[in-house]
Amino acid sequence: MTGHEWQPVVGLEIHVQLKTRTKMFCRCANGYGGGENTQTCPVCLGFPGALPVMNRQAVEWTIKLGLALDCEIAPRAVFARKNYFYPDLPKGYQISQYDLPSCTNGKVLVPTPDGDHEIGIVRAHLEEDAAKTTHVGGRTGRIGGADYSLVDFNRGGTPLVEIVTGPDVHSSEDARRFLQLLRQTIVELGISDAEMEKGTLRVDANVSVRPAGSSELRTRCELKNMNSFRFVAQGIDAEVKRQIALYEAGEEVVQETYDFDAGSGTLTARRSKEEADDYRYFPEPDLVPVEPPAELVERLRAEVPESPARRIRRIEGELDLDRAVVLVTGGLDGLWQETVEAGAERVAAANVIANRLAGADAAAVEPAELAKLVEARDRIPRTALDEALGKVAEPGFSAAPYLEQEAVSDSAELEPIVARILEANPGQVAAYRGGKEGLLGFFVGQVMKETGGKANARAVSELVREKLQA
Amino acid sequence: MKIDTLRLTAEEALGLIERKEASGAELHRAYLDAIAERDGELHCYLRTVEAAEGEGVPIALKDVISTKGVETTAGSRILEGYVPVFDATVAARCRTAGLPTIGKTNTDEFAMGSSTENSAYGPTHNPWDPTRVPGGSGGGTAAAVSAGLAPWGLGSDTGGSIKQPSALCGNVGLRPTYGTVSRFGVVAFASSLDQIGPVAKNVRDCARLYAIVAGKDPADSTTVDVPEVVLPEGESLAGVRIGVPKEMNEAEGIEPGVTAAVQRAIELARELGAEVGECELPRSVEYGLACYYLIAPAEASSNLARYDGVRYGLRADAEGYYEMVERTRDAGFGDEPKRRIMLGTYALSAGYYDAYYGQAQKVRTLIAREHAAAFERFDVLVSPTSPTVAFRLGEKAADPLAMYLSDLLTIPSCMAGLPGLNVPCGLSEGLPVGLQLIGPQLSENTLFKAGHALERALGFDPVPERLR
Repeated sequence: MTGHEWQPVVGLEIHVQLKTRTKMFCRCANGYGGGENTQTCPVCLGFPGALPVMNRQAVEWTIKLGLALDCEIAPRAVFARKNYFYPDLPKGYQISQYDLPSCTNGKVLVPTPDGDHEIGIVRAHLEEDAAKTTHVGGRTGRIGGADYSLVDFNRGGTPLVEIVTGPDVHSSEDARRFLQLLRQTIVELGISDAEMEKGTLRVDANVSVRPAGSSELRTRCELKNMNSFRFVAQGIDAEVKRQIALYEAGEEVVQETYDFDAGSGTLTARRSKEEADDYRYFPEPDLVPVEPPAELVERLRAEVPESPARRIRRIEGELDLDRAVVLVTGGLDGLWQETVEAGAERVAAANVIANRLAGADAAAVEPAELAKLVEARDRIPRTALDEALGKVAEPGFSAAPYLEQEAVSDSAELEPIVARILEANPGQVAAYRGGKEGLLGFFVGQVMKETGGKANARAVSELVREKLQA
Repeated sequence: MKIDTLRLTAEEALGLIERKEASGAELHRAYLDAIAERDGELHCYLRTVEAAEGEGVPIALKDVISTKGVETTAGSRILEGYVPVFDATVAARCRTAGLPTIGKTNTDEFAMGSSTENSAYGPTHNPWDPTRVPGGSGGGTAAAVSAGLAPWGLGSDTGGSIKQPSALCGNVGLRPTYGTVSRFGVVAFASSLDQIGPVAKNVRDCARLYAIVAGKDPADSTTVDVPEVVLPEGESLAGVRIGVPKEMNEAEGIEPGVTAAVQRAIELARELGAEVGECELPRSVEYGLACYYLIAPAEASSNLARYDGVRYGLRADAEGYYEMVERTRDAGFGDEPKRRIMLGTYALSAGYYDAYYGQAQKVRTLIAREHAAAFERFDVLVSPTSPTVAFRLGEKAADPLAMYLSDLLTIPSCMAGLPGLNVPCGLSEGLPVGLQLIGPQLSENTLFKAGHALERALGFDPVPERLR
């Protein structure tokens, strides 16, 4: 089996921890911060006779997320019990929607350079999280062979939504694009912080490959423990490569679960011994079915904002795909729009916002002030621009004091400095003249450094080029 | 004053308190004295509560009901030493009503049984004949009420654990409509069937206690709003339509003495003005027991998974986690829970679910429909509660199937979520016979009314002959 192209076939399972005030089935506080086992009660500790009561907010948020993912909302969803023994599961079962989930059959359109890629959403269902276990001693960090295990039940019973995609993701790049959009959708709904580093967003990937053009589904392997989008992409690439190599060597892929190790970029198979495979699901008799009234679903539908994908397609026409994606998935497109409306040039505003304001509180920025900075970006000293952008999200920020500062663009003043830099770097000068024009930035940078950032970058750039061509 | 607990009804006890002839604490003490005197032979209580909390009529609570600060074992070794940090809703409601707890009564382990012989702490004996069982699983509460060791008590009923012991001990027990009494804090056996209910010397007491514990509870999502309880009065059954399901009155295994007593009660009902007619519940009786023994063990296998030795109760020594769980459960559970966990695990397993649990749930729907059809023509259905009078200790202990058949007649209405009332209707071989009255959902007031009228006409003396 060699000589043809292979297509990766990837389905994603995403767990989203909802930031409800209380846990899924009891009134314990939901969230970090408390000491171990302080956010617990008879219900989430599984004491005899304790009964679950559904968190209305979690149910509504799940429906809202389903609507944002274009899902059908079940008029009747049912919680089931998933039975297995593990110390992080105090009742001996996890309560989870199973064969009748709240949300099914949705889709996300992922804008890409070659059109929209449709990723099907098979289902999104609500469940409770397990507690956190720490296995101490032993070699593997697993329960078998550990000296002892510690359980923190604070996390136990917190609400989780599990989103399952169809096997529609065909590259690690698609996976990354999809996850960015999904994360932004969740954040904008205000239902979760959706941070992979904190574990409030967790991604597992089911990976297989097939000959390009075929529609078969071959044996898949599950990847776990990837705690950033970049690692998800790396993990998928590594697994795809591994499977192709197996097939091309005439071997078969064996279904297995792997942990991705970000440090080494390698996959380690889990020992399947610890996994029970018959969970003996049955409807949870302690709860009644979730039957959301149509008016509730319509109210929630009205609360769903325009999807990130649609906004990307909308502003892509005024910019380009990459910039549109960066702005939207960074939650910065609204600020961009307002800044442009306040008079800034589109691309320049996008560049400044995307490159300089990522992570800033976009809502706190006054677009009119930002627009002034964007327009003056080449005229004022770089140090002034840096300082201004660092403070633009502060309350009462005014661009005026920075706009008064003029960058040095007088050739007479700059020329000796440029000459000095070129003289000090003969190797680079030779390389530039030999065709390495990318070195221009290096010389400009040196000059800027020499002037303490007060020079006009464009003027320096022109001057350097002129000198080098001489 | 000297309080004769043997005959005292809860209503009479309330009268003593209201007329200030006795305090709640004095009543409580009188029952503890009676327990000291007679419970050595009967073993109704697993433990008593010395301090009387509340100024009302004292109460006995089955040991599946969580009581804050008082050990609650559900009759199992695996919960030995477990002291709840919270009250079950029913215990809290009794506390709020000022009813001092007398103690926790014996039960088959996790309420699994029909004789109270499956208690890990030894069997309870029938006050009418201590060589015989009191029924089960709520044999402790039923025997305590009959022996004057409690004026009333709470039991739990999954497939007959209130009604059948009441029948075998000769008192009144109500299994309420599913969802009328909160299950919160009650050690779960089979969640879709478990109901808490009152046991007392007469129907009015039963209705009073039901009124205290019933009602919607935000902590139990399966509870509903309950119509106001009307204390029954009067002796007429005029206008009450009583159906006699053929299969439930002619089933194989019903003792002739039981049939005779039930027939006399039905005849009496006709004399009191009831319209009596025959009806049929063919599938309920034929399939009820079999389906019950799929659904109840299936849910039990899951409900009992939490007893893993990690957080409370028994923990066995072992090298690792899984070994610890296995050894704890092996040492902590008796034969009957183990049998049901295995049955239930099997019934829920991949590949068997549809054939067993799934199919049983469908039959359950059929049983409910069959009952609903009967209630289009009748207000109340009657039958024996138990096919037999109290049997001897050990008689069925080695034969689980024979034991399961004790609940043949109580199970169908439980499967349909319907209320059922046991009213003693006479003696056979010197032992009480119970009449079962079944009504549609939320028809407790009708059952109280019919049960009260019959009880007055029957004139059954609930005090065991040997104790009079």
